[in-house]
Amino acid sequence: MAALMPALLAAPLAAPLTVAVLLLLPAGAVAQGVDGAALYDQWCAGCHGVEGDGQGPAANTMLPRPRDFTVGLYQIRTTGTGELPTDEDILRVIDEGMPGTAMPGWEEVLTRAERNALVDYLKSFSRFFATSPEPEPLEFGGAPRATDERVARGREVYDIIDCGRCHGVEGRGDGPSAPTLENDAGYPTIAADLTEAWRFNGGGSVEEIYRRLRSGLDGTPMPSFSDLVEAGVIEADDLWNLAHYIRSLSPAGEEPRVREVITAGWVGDEPLPTAPDDPRWDEADRFWVPLAGQIMVPPRWFNPRVDGLWVQGLHDGEEVALRVSWSDPSRSPDPSWEEWVEKVLTTMTSADAGSATGPGPGDRLTVQFPQQASEGMQRPFFLQGDGRRPAYLWSWTSWVDGPVESIARGLGTDQPQPPDQQDVTVGAVHEAGQWHVLFRRALSTESSEDPPFAVGTAIPMAFQAWDGDNGEEGAQGSVSTWYFLSLQQPTPVVAYGAPALALFLAFGLGLVVVRRAQRKQHA
Amino acid sequence: MFARSIPVRRLTLMLATAFLAAGCGGGDDAGDAGAAGGGDQPAESSVDPATAGSLAGTVSFTGTPPAPRPIDMDEEPVCAEKYTEPPTTQTVLVGDGGGLGNVFVYIREGLTGHTFPTPEPAVIDQDGCRYRPHVMGLQVGQTMRIRNSDGLLHNINSSPTENRPFNVSQPVEMDTDREFRVPEVMIPLRCDVHGWMSAYVGVLDHPYHSVTDTDGSFALETLPPGDYVVEAWHEVYGVLSQEVTVATGETLEISFEFSQEMAGNPVPMADPWIVPHSAHGLR
Repeated sequence: MAALMPALLAAPLAAPLTVAVLLLLPAGAVAQGVDGAALYDQWCAGCHGVEGDGQGPAANTMLPRPRDFTVGLYQIRTTGTGELPTDEDILRVIDEGMPGTAMPGWEEVLTRAERNALVDYLKSFSRFFATSPEPEPLEFGGAPRATDERVARGREVYDIIDCGRCHGVEGRGDGPSAPTLENDAGYPTIAADLTEAWRFNGGGSVEEIYRRLRSGLDGTPMPSFSDLVEAGVIEADDLWNLAHYIRSLSPAGEEPRVREVITAGWVGDEPLPTAPDDPRWDEADRFWVPLAGQIMVPPRWFNPRVDGLWVQGLHDGEEVALRVSWSDPSRSPDPSWEEWVEKVLTTMTSADAGSATGPGPGDRLTVQFPQQASEGMQRPFFLQGDGRRPAYLWSWTSWVDGPVESIARGLGTDQPQPPDQQDVTVGAVHEAGQWHVLFRRALSTESSEDPPFAVGTAIPMAFQAWDGDNGEEGAQGSVSTWYFLSLQQPTPVVAYGAPALALFLAFGLGLVVVRRAQRKQHA
Repeated sequence: MFARSIPVRRLTLMLATAFLAAGCGGGDDAGDAGAAGGGDQPAESSVDPATAGSLAGTVSFTGTPPAPRPIDMDEEPVCAEKYTEPPTTQTVLVGDGGGLGNVFVYIREGLTGHTFPTPEPAVIDQDGCRYRPHVMGLQVGQTMRIRNSDGLLHNINSSPTENRPFNVSQPVEMDTDREFRVPEVMIPLRCDVHGWMSAYVGVLDHPYHSVTDTDGSFALETLPPGDYVVEAWHEVYGVLSQEVTVATGETLEISFEFSQEMAGNPVPMADPWIVPHSAHGLR
């Protein structure tokens, strides 16, 4: 009340004063009575820093780093390269977050008024907003319908404008220039894996991809292609074709559905595929297993390169074949990625960084199972078991042909089984930025330490992966939680006969009933 | 409170930018240059050649310069074929006579009250997977014509701090025009496709700049008589500056001497203009 008194006394001055104050303060904050600065300090400063410079306390565990608002550079815009984002552009990123980064969406957490106030506050960190004209969004128009012709033409455009230089021949971020990419602040920057549209920073729809092609991702190596259209190098429509092609590289819909049970199909009389790139794998069901950085035990890892695995299984009643595929731009150790590793390790300066010593030896994949069948649902600790419940591991590495099977009682404690008890064969190919690794083992082996795999039961299974050329080694890699492997029951002949028989009987019975009814009516 | 926490130079620039923004309504037309120069774009320089003088001199280098690093262009045979000698970086170029090349020499202070016409477009060419020139000067509003003579994918990624950036793709032989709105020394350019490609652009609100060849020589001609601060900028050795007085009809000879000991000196770029948090309202 005391604060109000002078205002009341100065009533004749109030109107011009209010106008002056409104002009001086961020409009959204005053108009809606929301304190953007306080909200920012509460929700955003932990990563983006109190000064808005992207140097918050949590920043050094992140790659890509949090945005530095002081330079007025925004990746996800509807405006041309070098232009400021519109308010709607900033709001959209606050609302929806940035897939593939640590930035979450805030639409469910903060009110619209609060998010608007944050937009105003973020803009106040850079002088460009106050001194530049209102940014004008580009004209995009609507997406043309996807057709096979458009996708095919999009592939041609992909080659004409040489997207593969960074993104690779098949789009997995493995182009020859990929290892040297940096953003404006000098941090190592990946070329997006175009087969994982759900992780595109600006969204994975055809419209969103097209917008990124037109606007570029300012502050990163990704340029704008609008000038090519203006210069007549390509047609505007061809950028739509390109967007359709890029979208076609990923599964339709959102992030692939994660299913807890990974079914290994029964091949019947067919032999199991013996090669990791056997074309028959293209026919087999594949299961998406997302991975996350290992942050349970030190040294932790906040920058995992392998964000998920495609897992496929087949069995013939005697033997099981498990194929695991994932995007990895290099066959580690690859000398062209050496500088990248150094840059990553100097960037990830968290408390755990001291443990990272240099380039890891190579790429690595581990599949783990409980060594002993357990009562109920008890499974070993998901990081290679513990003293009470050991884990039985299959390991493959890109740099040496070592033993595959081992027993572990905790992360990094794996003891290979003796050579005469190595029952798993493994094969791997690396092509177009992707590993395919194939494991095969008899369902039951002679080794008493191996858990037997029984058809029709749920076998707990978990995964770990390392990308050596991303500096990953030891505890610093990516991990999954437990899944179940289920070996499909061979289908008995009766399964095919029964439905036909049932149909026949139902039809016959129906016929009899109808006949009876008709006869009764006539009688 | 706001003014106190920002250095005066920046505040002046901010106000100038604000007027610029208000005056041009977002257009990229050449009018921006005139506004930055302090009025409508003049057809002629306000400098009277009859009363003008000149500056000339050399930039020399003492000590043992680092050997130029070879560039591995195996990935780009089209570029590699353009060289008879293996290509090297352009970072430190010292001539036989001890001249230091790629030094940006310009009038830093002392030109006030003058207007200058916008010069013809200046070309920066991507040729042999290197920028030619490696260091260049531009006037505010002058077109920078970015040329791709290689006919293979380059992107041109500029990262200024006073100006707005751009990042454009050139997958074929073509030209792309860009310009900068406010003075800034220097603006880095890079090609992300070819990590070794870099260039620096100095943007001024006047035409008095010169880039040395390996003979180290430079010349700033037709300067109005007066007192100036002349600065020599090098991407590894930092800056040297001196105060000079130019008199009518004279050519003043000056020299700058860089040395290997200066490696590791700060290389000034335009400062990121950080708005202090305390300047925000509502605290």
